Amino acid sequence: MQETVLPGANAPFPTFLYVLIPLLPFLGFLLNGLLNRRLSGTAAGLIGSATVLGSFLISLTLFLNFQYQYTVQLFDWISVGSLQIPFQYQIDQLSLIMLLLVTGVGFLIHVYSIGYMHHDENVGKFFSFLNLFIFSMLLLVLGANFVILFIGWEGVGLCSYLLIGFWNKNTAYNNAAKKAFIINRVGDLGFLLGIFLIYLTFNSVQYAEVFQQASLGQFGNYGVGICTAITLLLFVGAMGKSAQLPLYTWLPDAMAGPTPVSALIHAATMVTAGIYMVLRANVLFTLSPETLQVVAIVGAATALFAATIGLAQNDIKKVLAYSTVSQLGYMFLALGVMGYSTALFHVLTHAFFKALMFLGAGSVIHAMSNEQDLRRMGGLRKALPITFLTFLIGCLAISGIPPFSGFFSKDEILAHAFEHNKVLWAMGLLTAFLTAFYMFRLLFLAFFGEFRGTAEQKHHLHESPASMTLPLIVLAILAAVGGFMGAPMFTGGHHYLAEYLAPIFTYSQRLMPKVFSSELDKGTELMLMGLSVAAGVLGIILAYVLYVARDQRPAEDEAQRSAPESLVYHKYYIDELYNNVITRPIMALSSGLYKFVENGVINPVVDVFGRAVNGGGQLLRYVQTGAVETYLILMVIGIVLILGLNFGRF
Amino acid sequence: MDPTVSQTIPEVIRTVPLQYYVFFASALFAIGVTGVLVRRNAIIIFMCVELMLNAVNILLTAFSAYRADPNGQIFVFFIMAVAAAEVSVGLGIIVMIYRNFQTTDVNLLSRLKW
Repeated sequence: MQETVLPGANAPFPTFLYVLIPLLPFLGFLLNGLLNRRLSGTAAGLIGSATVLGSFLISLTLFLNFQYQYTVQLFDWISVGSLQIPFQYQIDQLSLIMLLLVTGVGFLIHVYSIGYMHHDENVGKFFSFLNLFIFSMLLLVLGANFVILFIGWEGVGLCSYLLIGFWNKNTAYNNAAKKAFIINRVGDLGFLLGIFLIYLTFNSVQYAEVFQQASLGQFGNYGVGICTAITLLLFVGAMGKSAQLPLYTWLPDAMAGPTPVSALIHAATMVTAGIYMVLRANVLFTLSPETLQVVAIVGAATALFAATIGLAQNDIKKVLAYSTVSQLGYMFLALGVMGYSTALFHVLTHAFFKALMFLGAGSVIHAMSNEQDLRRMGGLRKALPITFLTFLIGCLAISGIPPFSGFFSKDEILAHAFEHNKVLWAMGLLTAFLTAFYMFRLLFLAFFGEFRGTAEQKHHLHESPASMTLPLIVLAILAAVGGFMGAPMFTGGHHYLAEYLAPIFTYSQRLMPKVFSSELDKGTELMLMGLSVAAGVLGIILAYVLYVARDQRPAEDEAQRSAPESLVYHKYYIDELYNNVITRPIMALSSGLYKFVENGVINPVVDVFGRAVNGGGQLLRYVQTGAVETYLILMVIGIVLILGLNFGRF
Repeated sequence: MDPTVSQTIPEVIRTVPLQYYVFFASALFAIGVTGVLVRRNAIIIFMCVELMLNAVNILLTAFSAYRADPNGQIFVFFIMAVAAAEVSVGLGIIVMIYRNFQTTDVNLLSRLKW
């Protein structure tokens, strides 16, 4: 592989073009935010969509004219002593792919939102937040150092908070927003400490310098072991942002936000920021096999754990949320077994089919007048044919049925896992089976059988407007054929993605050459492929038997459940566990501190000062008699005293 | 006292010793202070202030004569000029007070307290 890293190579386009990429959505944010009440909903939607489309077109231009990696210097940002942090963009294969993903899928979801948010009273606010999110996400992927990455990282967290709590008249939604924000803070602390440690070790936060030093084995005053500490801390950040065990609980609750937000932020883009960050720092992770082991185990465990919870959920968006957590687990499994380009491959295919399914779910919710319970749906395929067909493609893709996109990326992950560790592979395979089962359970419950909603809902059923179905169709096409950008070599296909991304992993490849050359023979690979397809098909058949052939329906909330069923239905009581182990003790500690320290110590001490001043003033005010002669007597006594003390020596 | 200086002082001045001036001025000043402290009438207080000023003037003049130094007497002129100005302002205020309250009792102003 030819060395293509040219630090400081000149940018082929004028700087303002690069500035415009994040600036356009930011302008959209300002316009929509400032003119919130004066713009009609459609105008706000058009402004929001147009700015993202502009960014997409610029990104596409950069992508098509891309020849070598380079950085674009905008200005010197922080320059204190030995700490130099320029405001630079990193333009390379990884950031370009992420740019296209964020602006492309982002644009489709903006267009979809015009239709979906049509009835809302605050469309301008919605689009301004959505644009701000795109701006932050673009900063996140464009930055050439960890600090800019961190700005974007916090920015998307803020937008996530704002959009989850978008309908802020509902207390439960606000609590979900706060939960997302606070759990993300836990991860962000780890991330921030990781950045500090990087600066301490490499005396720089610039990607180019850090990764070059790391690949040459220069760790400042430390040994190679420091990489384990750094990467573990960075991974804590990724766990928060990408909803991995044990910090995943915020993501299912985040479904309180409008459905396009769930599709854009909580499925396609923001939650993959953790994977992007690990890919960026792949050199550091490669240098620390221990961390990779942790990443792989956490990923596989999350994938399996979330998939089992998904089995028993009855809210259409909750099923998709747990499925997202599970798929993110897959991506971390891929990272942990050093299938770096595979992880990004799954990020892309997942963005297509999961955004598609969320938007499909949004279309269903829209048609059902905000009903999200699968037990109240059924038979929707006649009323919503386009939604049904596109949703079916999404389900086939996530279940790993060839030739849909999910098959290629999931199969690649499982192949990497098989090479690395058979247990992780088995967990992945089981997850694939569960995934196929719960996705088709959702599909059959929603679209097949008899309609189970109210007569009013039945009367209201309608296919969504074109602004909603068009993005569905585009995403369905991408979900169907997107996998061919990474078809396995031995089938005669061409893995464009892996080849394109290879320069990103140059350092890692040099450090660990053997991991990057597959040892699996064709027979094993075919066998693995067959097994994962079989798992998917088995899941679909089981779902068909249960929910179509036998026409079963999930039990109502208050129904009696067997112990394991109840455990899964209540999401393993993890929320209750966190509530009892973390939230309650902290609340108890706070109220205890309030009662005893605040009321018993701090307040009395402060009050003493207040009372002393007050009482002193009460006493001293009698000095001001208002009688002139008193003042004069005091003055004369004073003068006599001064003179006497000064000249009284004689 | 410096003999050369004392010789230049005229006989008529030396007939009254310097100590007498000091005692006289001190007495005058004390009367002024007492008057200011004990009287309520603003005009009398004012006159007592003038008494104190003039006690100082006498002292200045006496020392000036005994030391054959004219600076002291020039200073007295300054004091008289400033006192004249001050008297006109002060009397103006007193007149205004009298017009409003029909009295010049300074305790009237204690209503401003607290």
